[in-house]
Amino acid sequence: MTAPVLRVTDLRVHFFLDEGLVRAVDGVSFDVPPGQVVGIVGESGCGKSVTMKAILQIVEPPGRIVGGQILFRKDSAPPVDLARLSPKSAELRAIRGAEIALIPQEPMAAFSPIHSVGEQIIEALQLHERQWRPSGPRLSRTEARSLTVDLFRSVGISMPEERVDAYSWQLSGGLRQRAMIAMALSCRPRLLIADEPTTAVDVTTQAQILNLLRELQRRHGTAIVFITHDLGVIAQMARYVVVMYLGRVMEQGSVEEIFHAPKHPYTRALLKSIPSVNVAPRTLLPTIAGSIPHPLGRPRGCPFHPRCPDAIPGVCAERAPALRPVGATQLASCFLYHRDEAAEP
Amino acid sequence: MSATASLLEVRHLKKLFPIRRGWNRRIIGAVSAVDDVSFTIREGETLGLVGESGCGKTTTARCILRAIPPTGGEILFRAADGRVVDLAPLSRAELRPLRPQIQMVFQDPFGSLNPRMTIFDNVGEPLLVNGLRDRRARLERVAGLLELTGLRPEHMHRFPHAFSGGQRQRIGIARALATEPRLVVADEPVSALDVSVQAQVLNLLLELQKRLHLTLLFVAHDLAVVKHISDRVAVMYVGQLVELATAEAIFRRPRHPYTAALMRAVPVPDPHAPSGDVALAGEVANPASPPAGCYFHPRCPHVVERCRSERPELREVAAGHVVRCHRAEELALAGVGAEPARGAQGVVESPDHRRENV
Amino acid sequence: MSVLAPALPVTAEERVSVASSWRLIWWRFRKHRLALASALVLIALYVVVLCPDFFSTQDPEATDARLAFIPVQRLHVFDGFRPSPWVPDVAGRRNPVTLRMEWSVDPSRRIPVRFFVTGYPYRLLGLVPMRIHLLGAAGPDGRERLHLLGTDRLGRDQWSRLVHGTRTSMTIGLTAVTFSIILGVVLGGISGYYGGLADAVIQRLIELLQSLPTIPIWLALTAALPRDWSPQQVFFAITVILSLVGWTTLGREVRGRFLALREEDFVLAAELAGASRARIIVRHMVPTFLSHIIATSTLAIPAMIINETSLSFLGLGIRPPAISWGVLLQEAQNIQTVALAPWLLVPGAVVILSVLAFNLVGDGLRDAADPYSQ
Repeated sequence: MTAPVLRVTDLRVHFFLDEGLVRAVDGVSFDVPPGQVVGIVGESGCGKSVTMKAILQIVEPPGRIVGGQILFRKDSAPPVDLARLSPKSAELRAIRGAEIALIPQEPMAAFSPIHSVGEQIIEALQLHERQWRPSGPRLSRTEARSLTVDLFRSVGISMPEERVDAYSWQLSGGLRQRAMIAMALSCRPRLLIADEPTTAVDVTTQAQILNLLRELQRRHGTAIVFITHDLGVIAQMARYVVVMYLGRVMEQGSVEEIFHAPKHPYTRALLKSIPSVNVAPRTLLPTIAGSIPHPLGRPRGCPFHPRCPDAIPGVCAERAPALRPVGATQLASCFLYHRDEAAEP
Repeated sequence: MSATASLLEVRHLKKLFPIRRGWNRRIIGAVSAVDDVSFTIREGETLGLVGESGCGKTTTARCILRAIPPTGGEILFRAADGRVVDLAPLSRAELRPLRPQIQMVFQDPFGSLNPRMTIFDNVGEPLLVNGLRDRRARLERVAGLLELTGLRPEHMHRFPHAFSGGQRQRIGIARALATEPRLVVADEPVSALDVSVQAQVLNLLLELQKRLHLTLLFVAHDLAVVKHISDRVAVMYVGQLVELATAEAIFRRPRHPYTAALMRAVPVPDPHAPSGDVALAGEVANPASPPAGCYFHPRCPHVVERCRSERPELREVAAGHVVRCHRAEELALAGVGAEPARGAQGVVESPDHRRENV
Repeated sequence: MSVLAPALPVTAEERVSVASSWRLIWWRFRKHRLALASALVLIALYVVVLCPDFFSTQDPEATDARLAFIPVQRLHVFDGFRPSPWVPDVAGRRNPVTLRMEWSVDPSRRIPVRFFVTGYPYRLLGLVPMRIHLLGAAGPDGRERLHLLGTDRLGRDQWSRLVHGTRTSMTIGLTAVTFSIILGVVLGGISGYYGGLADAVIQRLIELLQSLPTIPIWLALTAALPRDWSPQQVFFAITVILSLVGWTTLGREVRGRFLALREEDFVLAAELAGASRARIIVRHMVPTFLSHIIATSTLAIPAMIINETSLSFLGLGIRPPAISWGVLLQEAQNIQTVALAPWLLVPGAVVILSVLAFNLVGDGLRDAADPYSQ
């Protein structure tokens, strides 16, 4: 099996607040195979955004990575542990933007309002020139600009020559997000992290953006980590799915396994509670009892047990289950499937 | 008004926002946020108003509530005493006695409650303002309302910051129901909530509607959510109403290409369902300068010459089904089915939505 | 019914959930040690403001030319090893050339200092006649001198004058800011809530007032005050003048807040419930930004204090025989005086202390109030 582009092992990110310790990410592990889309899905407080920030080392204080590894492999070189690198180090800055790129949730907030969108892409191209073009003469401005125009065309922005000089606030939501994708892909990264890229756009624009991402991913062979709360989008985009809840991975596996044979009670309940256009109108939805606990009030043992219809008394409230295989490529952290672990003293 | 007890009838509603330029702020044009919208809501039913950003659904809702004054048209409301009143031209003072009869549920659970007041004060405000000065009576009413929406009455002395988003939405619903309104306008009430919480609040609204015989105008951008709650659905695009029918009919066989495109664009939580390869091209039209003829024609896969020049009118193509499209009768557009899809979908168990085990 | 009497909060989580915003602000404020310490300093100063005579040792207006320029009699707490406060006595010598009395500290003779001694008569809060003072010389000879901060050229005790000056200066600061708040909230509120013509007029007024150079305006306004007004009338007039010019910044801020709040959902909810405009402003809008206004105003008080001190220093504000920090500093206007009697500069240090304290408290309040924006 080919080595994964990204291997996260037992990642822990804690926030040291005045009010207490928040274990935003508490032992998360997953792999991203090269050229594949891995979807991370979960509700608020599950830690998916913090995981993304940890990979890029942009976790804000008072948060800190306190444990685990983030192994990033570029081509055949030995993997680099991103968790060990200092956030401001030159090594990490070389990786950010060039090897790992980010498509943020709010493109308006991600673009500078006083520079044209083309300007920022040219900056990225020039900054990381030696990484996407190891040899050859230095990139001139005209060359960079024409490359940017080509990039815009490839992401489906009409009239690219004019749009290169536009400011982000002059563009519509869909165009801004495309420009953001162009910027992210400009240096041919091996890994793209998409943090809720379609949450802020309309559903018809979302369909276009998702199509674009699929197309680009096929063409360039970029691996994508796709973070979202929308299970419909995950089903359309991802090959592998990681389901998170309160900082831990509840279940992960291929998209078919997760959607057609979910094992973890949380995954099953979540799938049943989404409104769907395929159901008759005005039907009551099955819901998950209770609500997501406050991050400071994390339950003991399995984080889902207070709301779980299948909780094993005396076990689930005491110890947290480990992520163990339940299928061919499927893993779940639930005592229901690991009776031997539950029976341990 | 028809004999089947229409509660609200909106006729040719218009709302223009002027565009001002220059140092003297002279008006050079107008944005037609709501452009000739007409529909009826019957007593006890839910009308879902759906569309993307800029389509005018929120502006329509706010005009009906008279939070903003409409530029034209009529808003005929059947008041509690049986009279039919046109809300559009009324002044602030004239509206005052009607206010308790039309209430709103807001989108943002964090901005819709006054953070400096307790839950009791927040939910009791409509009661106090409308004459219920006796504190004891208010306490009992508020306690009843909180129980109705699945919250514990003893929490009424807490402040909003102590509650989660879903709980705050329940409080917002309790407040909206305080004056026993005849019409409740819900403006994207579940959009800002987590998936599992959305289901709870939607179920609550369905339950409350059955129990209290509420009439609901439900504004949303999410088609799946709208399908779960609505009896009838109205679709808006760039300020115009493009289709209106029962939920069952519109989803089974939409007549307007935009409606069909919207349905196809919604990603289905099933990896084997066809992905949206037939995504709609182009961008949503600019309401400040909409295209000539049919607003949708630049993006429509079924466009003909007539669509580019002639503006279509709203026509009835089947019983209770109106469409604004020249080709409505001849197109055979695909909808989405009502049978459960494969996999983990499907309604199985009895829900536990009302009581929150907080 | 149980809901009528809310149960007392038990757990920490419950205490937070029933905590009003004021309590939350107080909890956050408590964490700033520096702001808390400064708040204590201010409280101490305002206790002095309430009853300056109690803290004085001599009548601040008693002059005696023979007692001019007595140096500072430093207060010592321990006599040997016993805690027994004393001050060194001063000995006077008549200068044969200038024929003036010159005083110097005589450490050989010690005057014991006692607490709660009888001194010159005064009225507590202007009503109750009393004679008790906090400190006083308690020697057998009634003429023992106690000048903790020396005297000035007219023989007036500086410590007592400083205490009285504190009352005037701190009160002006507070009163002027209160007037400014009232003016700013009312006018800014009208401007922000109603908009339209009222807004345009008030905004132009604010811009006009802000574009006028402040010092010439004060000079003009205070010079216009009749010379024969009593110190109290001058005091009141100075306060009004200071607040008439100072309300503009606050007015702008209040307007901004109103504009933002008008769009808030909970304000719309109140309107839809049928609440009157007055109720919405008073019950919903003002409480939401009141904490912020208080924080901003606390930061405005030092500016007022400095304004008053400057005006009085130039002879244009409070005039003798009324006492304020600026009047006290007038005595220190020439180099000779400063060289001979440097203790006359102490009021400057007190100005700095109070301004610093206000700034730190204002910062602490602003940090405590701001994160609450929801």
